[in-house]
Amino acid sequence: MLDLYSPGTSYLHRLGPGPKILTMMLGGTGLFLFDSLPIACAAFIAIAALYPVAGLTAKQAWAQIRPLLWIFAIFFALQWWLSGLTTAAFVVIRLAALILLASLVTLTTRASDMIDSLTHALGFLRPFGANPAKIGLSISLALRFIPVLAQITQEVREAQKTRGLERSVIATALPVAIRTIKMADDISDAIEARGYRP
Amino acid sequence: MDTKSIVYIALFAALTAALGLMPPISFAGLALPPITAQSLGVMLAGSIAGARRGGLAMLLFIALVAVGLPLLAGGRGGFGVFAGASGGFLLAWPISAAVIGYLIGRAPAAGFTLMAPMIAFGGIIVMYAVGIPWMAAVAGLPLTKAVTIMLAYVPGDLVKVILATIITRGVRRAYPAL
Amino acid sequence: MIEIKNVTLSYGDRTVLRDISLALSEHRIAIIGANGSGKSSFARLLNGLVLPTTGDVLIDGQNTRTHGKDIRQKVGFVFQNPDNQIVFPVVEEDLAFGMKNLGFPKEDIRRKTDEILARYDMSDLREHPAHLLSGGQKQLLAISGVLVMEPAYIVLDEPTTLLDLRNKRRVTEAIHALDQTVILASHDLDLLQDFDRVIVFDDGRIIADDRPENAIPYYIESMS
Repeated sequence: MLDLYSPGTSYLHRLGPGPKILTMMLGGTGLFLFDSLPIACAAFIAIAALYPVAGLTAKQAWAQIRPLLWIFAIFFALQWWLSGLTTAAFVVIRLAALILLASLVTLTTRASDMIDSLTHALGFLRPFGANPAKIGLSISLALRFIPVLAQITQEVREAQKTRGLERSVIATALPVAIRTIKMADDISDAIEARGYRP
Repeated sequence: MDTKSIVYIALFAALTAALGLMPPISFAGLALPPITAQSLGVMLAGSIAGARRGGLAMLLFIALVAVGLPLLAGGRGGFGVFAGASGGFLLAWPISAAVIGYLIGRAPAAGFTLMAPMIAFGGIIVMYAVGIPWMAAVAGLPLTKAVTIMLAYVPGDLVKVILATIITRGVRRAYPAL
Repeated sequence: MIEIKNVTLSYGDRTVLRDISLALSEHRIAIIGANGSGKSSFARLLNGLVLPTTGDVLIDGQNTRTHGKDIRQKVGFVFQNPDNQIVFPVVEEDLAFGMKNLGFPKEDIRRKTDEILARYDMSDLREHPAHLLSGGQKQLLAISGVLVMEPAYIVLDEPTTLLDLRNKRRVTEAIHALDQTVILASHDLDLLQDFDRVIVFDDGRIIADDRPENAIPYYIESMS
């Protein structure tokens, strides 16, 4: 989900993460401010056109949208029923545009660069007692933990299946939680073992 | 802040993201917040990691969502979600987690019958108190209508409160020093 | 040279190491013992992750109580589960973490990253997500993350326990090829045949301290 980065040397790859994130935030907010189907369509086409500019294939663009198709279908059907066809098309196209835009940023920006500039941008919090370097570390760790948690859950679920407990949420969730806390304790040892001083 | 706190903050932000991998139940399009497993992450952040770490974990999570990572159930992310009907609920997550952490911090050895209402207070009452007025404002609904709609979410949230209580008590028995 | 002087280690009312005194100067040193014998705690003492309750641990004359930062750099530590050691989502970022903590300049970080990835035949994995590596690659990444910090000693806590046979062989070869002094806590007795010294722990005490050909049979006998 998050290891989306697709190595490349396009203009969008070389552009700093700061401007990209800012554009994404402005673009996203803009799409919500202008409730109009033509603008949403224009935004969708413009964003899709940036994919080849970044050296990305249509297949990669499609891969961002595909897992969400069923949500689009539900939104479309409901909005059609509640508020008519135009609104339904508008809502789905706007959502697709937003997802393509966000994915474009993640596809062309290395997570470490994203975190570095986020850490930098959070420098203004320093007077309030926040430490941007620590925020950066916690962001990296969070991104690192997500796949590990998914894997632990998978392992525990398999173990419980052999005991016929796969339908019990608690039989999965509790061991996952306990293993996870153990992992957190180990990883904070590991971070200190690698020379990190809080 | 020590290394361990940083790790716990990251862990509970990640846990909430991982819970988003379970498919959400969405029954009224963009107009209503979907039912997701993610609010269980909010409750556990408060009840296991404590007020400060849990609150900061949820703050980290919504910051990651805001910069565009697709961490919300159904792969949603970006600033747009805060402008939507469920934006208020999201913004309430850090407050909810902190309230739960604060309450449980005052009675860490609480039994089920005491802990469950604490989690319910932070995870349902506090969250709805922020989320419902926001939803009413964004969707242009009268407040009473918004409250009525949200009643549909209460049973699911109660199930999550029970799960969170059982998990928290189990983890706290395994790690009394938490 | 690592010196352990009259070290006792307790967690609350549980004593895990009792009055240990040792001088470690050999190139390859193994620590063996049953689960809960104290060998993992002993390993953690050596780079200051855990401080002794009483007594002192000295690394080249520096006390772990007072020279924490120097000792973290001098004594690298590899954990049993590489998933609990890899801090960053992408291979190259993780390798950089320890070096950044030590304040290495950017070009050094880049060069060392290249070198270590080439050494373990992982150059094409530079931008690979860490969670998609195989178990053996993960453990090699964990070892690499320690090696780039240029430690003089490397402590490994059961580094092959979670690996399948093929990955175990790969990691074992990597450990044998290290130039540094190695202190290895392990259940894997095959790993230790050509070690210089084997120390056997039981219930927080040392029950044998000898060449492998003597210490390992003694350990096997004491377990049966």
